[in-house]
Amino acid sequence: MKEEIIIAGFGGQGVLSMGKILAYSGLMQGQEVSWMPSYGPEQRGGTANVTVILSDEAISSPVLSAYDTAIVLNQPSLDKFESKVKPGGTLIFDSNGFHRFPSRTDINIYRIDATEYAFANNSAKTMNMIILGGLLKIRPIVKVENVLKGLKKSLPERHHHLLGMNEKAIHTGMDLIQKVN
Amino acid sequence: MTLNEIINPANLVYSKTKVMNDTPMHYCPGCSHGVVHKLIAEVIEEMNVQEKTIGIAPVGCAVFAYKYLDIDWQQAAHGRAPALATAVIRLLPDRLVFTYQGDGDLAAIGTAETIHAANRGENIAIIFINNGIYGMTGGQMAPTTLEGMKTSTSPNGRKIELNGNPLNMTDLLARLPGTCYVTRQSVHNVANVRKTKKAIRLAFENALAHKGTSVVEVVSTCNSGWKMTPADANTWMVDNMFPEYPLGDIKNL
Amino acid sequence: MEEVRLMKGNEAIAHAAIRCGCDGYFGYPITPQSEIMETLMELEPWNSTGMVVLQAESETSSINMVYGAAGCGKRAMTSSSSPGVSLMQEGISYIAGAELPCVIVNVMRGGPGLGTIQPSQADYFQAVKGGGHGDYHMIVLAPNSVQEMADHLCLAFDLAFKYLTPAMILADGVIGQMMEKVVLPPFRPRLTEKEISEKYPWATLGKPQTRNPNIINSLRLESDEMEELNLLLQKRYAQIEQNEVLYETFLCEDAEYLIVAFGTSSRVSKKAVELARAEGIKVGLLRPITLFPFPKIPISQLANQVKGMLTVEMNAGQMIEDVRLAVNGRVSVEFFGRMGGIVPSPDDVLDALKTKIVN
Repeated sequence: MKEEIIIAGFGGQGVLSMGKILAYSGLMQGQEVSWMPSYGPEQRGGTANVTVILSDEAISSPVLSAYDTAIVLNQPSLDKFESKVKPGGTLIFDSNGFHRFPSRTDINIYRIDATEYAFANNSAKTMNMIILGGLLKIRPIVKVENVLKGLKKSLPERHHHLLGMNEKAIHTGMDLIQKVN
Repeated sequence: MTLNEIINPANLVYSKTKVMNDTPMHYCPGCSHGVVHKLIAEVIEEMNVQEKTIGIAPVGCAVFAYKYLDIDWQQAAHGRAPALATAVIRLLPDRLVFTYQGDGDLAAIGTAETIHAANRGENIAIIFINNGIYGMTGGQMAPTTLEGMKTSTSPNGRKIELNGNPLNMTDLLARLPGTCYVTRQSVHNVANVRKTKKAIRLAFENALAHKGTSVVEVVSTCNSGWKMTPADANTWMVDNMFPEYPLGDIKNL
Repeated sequence: MEEVRLMKGNEAIAHAAIRCGCDGYFGYPITPQSEIMETLMELEPWNSTGMVVLQAESETSSINMVYGAAGCGKRAMTSSSSPGVSLMQEGISYIAGAELPCVIVNVMRGGPGLGTIQPSQADYFQAVKGGGHGDYHMIVLAPNSVQEMADHLCLAFDLAFKYLTPAMILADGVIGQMMEKVVLPPFRPRLTEKEISEKYPWATLGKPQTRNPNIINSLRLESDEMEELNLLLQKRYAQIEQNEVLYETFLCEDAEYLIVAFGTSSRVSKKAVELARAEGIKVGLLRPITLFPFPKIPISQLANQVKGMLTVEMNAGQMIEDVRLAVNGRVSVEFFGRMGGIVPSPDDVLDALKTKIVN
């Protein structure tokens, strides 16, 4: 098994930490993982993206030209990465603020209105976990229990009381995601 | 009285400190460096700290300081002595660490290193020889060169509008909270030599007591660079350097 | 069995520093390597191993603090990224001239000038050919994974002390910023002052009555003395070239074509080799792990086997000069690279392989 994922959006949407949680989850189930962020101060307010690879075998390049799955959380990210999903691959988007929607027909496109849900339910902090839940519903690449193990590993102990909230967000995401094409 | 009777330990009134070796000095006759070297060596011997002293030599005329004092030395790049001293004292906190720097080294190329080491309050002593000229490279203008003073790069005298103002680093350093003792001395006569020695001793004691950074500026002559006899250089220094760089303690906590 | 962790290359460097008995880190913030000092400050090793960590006022100061610490026989290091490493060149030359060991980490970004914070390999010449003034070399290690960031730091210290010369870890923004699995090296205690004075009798720890003063110095005013020092240094570099070459090959046994790449480029190139093999192109990869000493001999040997070589670099073509020297005209050596902080994609490399070498 090998999954090559790009997650992209505005800085502050939790893009990098979502990738980190995925990477930790992969670690928890004994996989090879790589997490390669766009980096630097330009992320704040600008665009941020992270490439996450989970694989049963050693990972060669942490930098890729095509992805199995793209998660795009703003318009510039859709514009940049829609064309880079491998044929037959998966594109997940949060339509908040979109004026142009994905148009490819050779990939599987899913919509998850996590931003809207998170604002309506006053849970902006778990927005990225909702999206992660959506991803895991359609691409069960890591087990939810391993996600929680990974979270426990990556979060400082003072935040461990938030684990329940995050688990709930994952299940919310699983309910919210819907196929578009 | 025979010669042997005269050369009798009981008759000894003065001997050269053992911290100083017999290597002939390369300094010009009349230069202040040799006197300050001797004072440092004497203080090290009197404080019985030869085994725990590490000196940092600069680039400038005193680049060869390591040849004359029998202590461990590091020879720094131009201006960087306080950075080296910082690392040495941080890693060997019970040692006596001092830098020996000229005006080009401390007040021009090493301004940042000097100010930041002093501002961190590194437990070191900085001995600062200020003769207002670059001696080693042949008499060019220094940051401390006085207005109107002729050097090979200010042949018609230093002009403020062209070269800026003389930089009084010692006054600047005294304003930093990291310094505990900042003083300006000279070695042009016996009384001042004695005062300078006391200042060096206090600076070294402060360093060992971890009181922060001590700075001893020695306003000095460079009779070769100034193109004067040693005696004339001393007079010129008293008349011209001292008004700009007045002697005395600036800070003593 | 040591724990498998997930961390950035920069973080791995910081953890490895503490574990391999480093005495002092002196640095100045610059993207993309600031996590090294941030991690050290978070870990507060002065409370555990006694390691000193200090944020200096500039890279110039950092490297001179390293010089001062190294002069005391201490294991000292600094880290920076390209513009900061340019500022350090004076100090590195002095350290080389004073025959002192130390480790410098360069997490390269694009230049020239202030450039970009994105990853680059454009400091190859600076690292491998000297950088500062005078005839000197550093040992240069080029990690291509987070694991190697940790492992190379310890190796760099060992080699630096073995040959009394500065060693550089030449990484780039990708290796510094990416997270991968890593098993940290085992703890090695810092040397005591007694151990230092026995192992490194040149160290300036204060002069006991029993020995002459130790003087850390690169100044030799007399030309014959200066030449003597240079001859000694050159002899050491020859020994390093003899003994310390490290490289790795991938699918070279039956290769008809060869890619030569280091660091991040080697990771991208490995993927390109996989893609090419899937298309039936018999290509292998040689990855220099040490850039100085450069793996001249294995590249020379492969020149007798393959029909052409491609170097892949994130610069305008720097290592290619060393590959061409090793090949000495026997086969064509072409270049593919991206500049300005762009990491070539595996597809880009595959295309270059096809258009420049295979056809």
